[in-house]
Amino acid sequence: MHPLLPPLGAVLPELVLALAAIVLLLVGAIRGERSANLVTGLAIAVLAAVFILVLLKPAVPVVAFNGALVIDPFSRFMKALALLGATVSLIMSVDWLNREQQNKFEYAVLVLIATLGMMMLVSAGDLIALYLGLELMSLSLYVIAAINRDSVRSTEAGLKYFVLGALSSGMLLYGASLLYGFTGTVNFEGIAKAATTPTLGLIFGIVFVMAGLCFKVSAVPFHMWTPDVYEGAPTPVTAFFATAPKVAAMAVFLRVAIEALPNVTHQWQQIIAFVSIASMVLGAFAAIGQKNIKRLLAYSSIGHMGFALVGLAAATPEGVRGVMVYMAIYVAMTLGSFACVLAMRRNGRAVETIDDLSGLARTRPLMALALAGLMFSLAGIPPLAGFLAKYYVFLAAIQAGLYGLAVIGVLASVVGAYYYLRIVKIMYFDEPADAFDPMPGELKAVLSVSGLFTVFYFLWPAPLIDAAGAAARALF
Amino acid sequence: MTTWPILSVITFLPLVGALFILVVQGDEAVTARNARWVALWTTLVTFLVSLLLLPGYDSAAPGFQFVEKHRWLGDIAAYHMGVDGISLPLVLLTTFLMPFCILASWESVHKRVKEYMIAFLVLETMMIGTFCALDLVLFYFFFEAGLIPMFLIIGIWGGARRIYASFKFFLYTLAGSVLMMLAIMAMYWKAGTTDVPTLMQFGFPSGMQTWLWLAFFASFAVKMPMWPVHTWLPDAHVEAPTAGSVILAGVLLKMGGYGFIRFSLPMFPEASHLFAPLVYTLSVIAIIYTSLVALVQEDIKKLIAYSSIAHMGFVTMGIFAMNEQGLQGAMFLMISHGFVSAALFLCVGVIYDRMHTREIAAYGGLVNRMPKYAVALMVFTMANVGLPGTSGFVGEFLTMMAVFERNTWVAFFAATGVILSAAYALWLYRRVVFGTLEKDSLKDMMDLNRRELVIMAPLVVLTIFFGFYPAPILNMTATAVNAVVARTDTVAQAVKTAALLLSF
Repeated sequence: MHPLLPPLGAVLPELVLALAAIVLLLVGAIRGERSANLVTGLAIAVLAAVFILVLLKPAVPVVAFNGALVIDPFSRFMKALALLGATVSLIMSVDWLNREQQNKFEYAVLVLIATLGMMMLVSAGDLIALYLGLELMSLSLYVIAAINRDSVRSTEAGLKYFVLGALSSGMLLYGASLLYGFTGTVNFEGIAKAATTPTLGLIFGIVFVMAGLCFKVSAVPFHMWTPDVYEGAPTPVTAFFATAPKVAAMAVFLRVAIEALPNVTHQWQQIIAFVSIASMVLGAFAAIGQKNIKRLLAYSSIGHMGFALVGLAAATPEGVRGVMVYMAIYVAMTLGSFACVLAMRRNGRAVETIDDLSGLARTRPLMALALAGLMFSLAGIPPLAGFLAKYYVFLAAIQAGLYGLAVIGVLASVVGAYYYLRIVKIMYFDEPADAFDPMPGELKAVLSVSGLFTVFYFLWPAPLIDAAGAAARALF
Repeated sequence: MTTWPILSVITFLPLVGALFILVVQGDEAVTARNARWVALWTTLVTFLVSLLLLPGYDSAAPGFQFVEKHRWLGDIAAYHMGVDGISLPLVLLTTFLMPFCILASWESVHKRVKEYMIAFLVLETMMIGTFCALDLVLFYFFFEAGLIPMFLIIGIWGGARRIYASFKFFLYTLAGSVLMMLAIMAMYWKAGTTDVPTLMQFGFPSGMQTWLWLAFFASFAVKMPMWPVHTWLPDAHVEAPTAGSVILAGVLLKMGGYGFIRFSLPMFPEASHLFAPLVYTLSVIAIIYTSLVALVQEDIKKLIAYSSIAHMGFVTMGIFAMNEQGLQGAMFLMISHGFVSAALFLCVGVIYDRMHTREIAAYGGLVNRMPKYAVALMVFTMANVGLPGTSGFVGEFLTMMAVFERNTWVAFFAATGVILSAAYALWLYRRVVFGTLEKDSLKDMMDLNRRELVIMAPLVVLTIFFGFYPAPILNMTATAVNAVVARTDTVAQAVKTAALLLSF
């Protein structure tokens, strides 16, 4: 006898988010275009409230809806991270969208719905919940990418993203159907029990599911959409794309690999190792020639996903901990970098080539200092946070005996250091260009918090590492 | 023994000074003057505090002293600091050279003085930390973090090709170091710790030692720099501002030698024996090849840079002789080269500030206008050549004696390097200082002013003092060096015994 109502208390944050999205959509529909700022403000408040709700939830694992959703320390950690990314990128977008007169209430509502999809994705305990969450997130993201309807580049970005995204969804679905067909269940735990021997059908299923997931984290060879979408979408949207969806996709990647396929590790380990190497190397080399800072950050994020996947390739609790620490630090660094990109406007117009940063150290010393810190951190130079992020994933790789992967990875990070250094060079060594317009307060706040976190994280790294370690053990 | 954390104070005092400079606001001239004085006082106080290490230091005691240990990165790494006879002289060398760097930049750096001084103070913290760290991860932190300020110093205040030089410097060093990072991780999983004193006693399996040794070698060989990965050094030296060259030659190069003595020899003794012939070969090539290259240079700084590489060849040769004389000689040569090469770069800085060229051909006959300068430069040139009575002689002699015991051919080729070094150094001196003063541009050169005399005098005194009486440094290093030698010897003995047993 099933209880009439499923245990809704466990999914309170998701419920709040869903209801808020509907209410805000109604508010927008009734009050029209004027309500954009009101809706955005309320959406930020809702995201912050949900963030606190997620953190307040006890860490006891709960399985809801007959195993469709799993609420455990792992999902709590990744949800908090995705919500942080969504909240901060929405805060950063307000001023920019107002100035560019692209302020629409639908934007904030879509961010809420996409975030809801991410939370489902992170908690997904079976293939159906995974697909639902993934599509809810992706469909919202396709629209957000094209939110600037009058811009050819933005609509092109949205269309590209949609076509390639639909293809990858199809692949994922096909893989999921194979997994179901060969194991007889959609539930991750059930799949883990059934998938003990690597049959051909199972391997095909794994390959297709992983291809779909690689697309979502923009790992090579499924990365092609990333530079175009990053460049074409309005900058605040890019900031959002670079953080929250990546966290959610990486979370579900970890869950599928570790929770559903623990007995066929060797089969998927090779895939991950290859994808990881390809992402790190391509991210490092392709970024060298970029002139547009958004494209550069796109390749940089491809590379960073490669580094994060090094931890997954290890397939150990230490590896998963490494990935989680990596994603947390990556989100912090990326938000700070995009705060700088959003502040790049001259005489009221947004500029986005790297050369526009010329001599920033003299026109805006503090902004240059923060961005330089972030760049050194992204390059992985100690004592900055980015180094520790890399340290933990490579530590796991060495433990798992993946020496080749580790050596290629660190060498790729040296190549990658070149283009991060180039930004520092442009800011510090070159002659100054005209000063940027004054930076809005919220961007200053984000940049300072992110910069200070990046520089001083090494002083007190324990809380994040311990939380990630505890969350990682929940998967095993 | 002192009870307060003296090593942490020495390490982070410069950082406090840097913060102080950072918060001082005001117009350009005020902040510049302020930054100069704050930096000078900070480095002087740091030097004085570091001198307090001497009375508390017991040179006969084995192991590390002034040890501090705190929790830091959980189970991965601890904040563990301490010095022994190998690191203490290098710490003192660093704190000693820093005030000279600040003084040397007093008038030659005009733009962005505030940032310049901050970069130097941050760099000082990283250098001292590198020598004091007794945890591999902590060491790596300091070792790599020092790249950032040096990159900025070369890139912002350097010469015409400064961007190329700064990138080359950064990427070369980084590429070497990341492999060491992986080796540190492998050691962590094998031994369960990154604590240096523990690892020094831990015997890694010999197959693993080979790989770990190579990874550490990649990092230290670039830093040293050894032939054939030395090419970043001449570029970095030529483009860096005077004080940057001083620190580069004086301290940063010593990190490689320090790393070999501190990590490679005691932690991977079998691999060290295995690879010693390789190191000898590279050292000998470095000594002869770079000396020949130095002969044809037209840029004074580049010439000294190549001579630095040759001297570092003696150091690596001495280290891998793995006997007492070799290690003592290498340590002594590093210290001596620390202030001799620093002094030579300061001398170049003196004439560069007046003439704004480093072309050898632009000079000649300086002795007529600058007698004091000629004397100072002569002392340092002789020390660079290794003339008995200067500090340069002691180290070179000891290392050659050491390697003679191992392999006479290596000693033979190294000795030819000494002749070549006399050739390029004396020829340089002749072309710059002697001859008649013909060029009009040189006719109103001023001799050393008071600031420059203050810089030169202590260096001249030290060069001659240690040349006649090297005992203070040798006594300081003896115990620690003997411990390293004992460790490598027992392993060598064990290997020999095993080989003997196998042959039966």
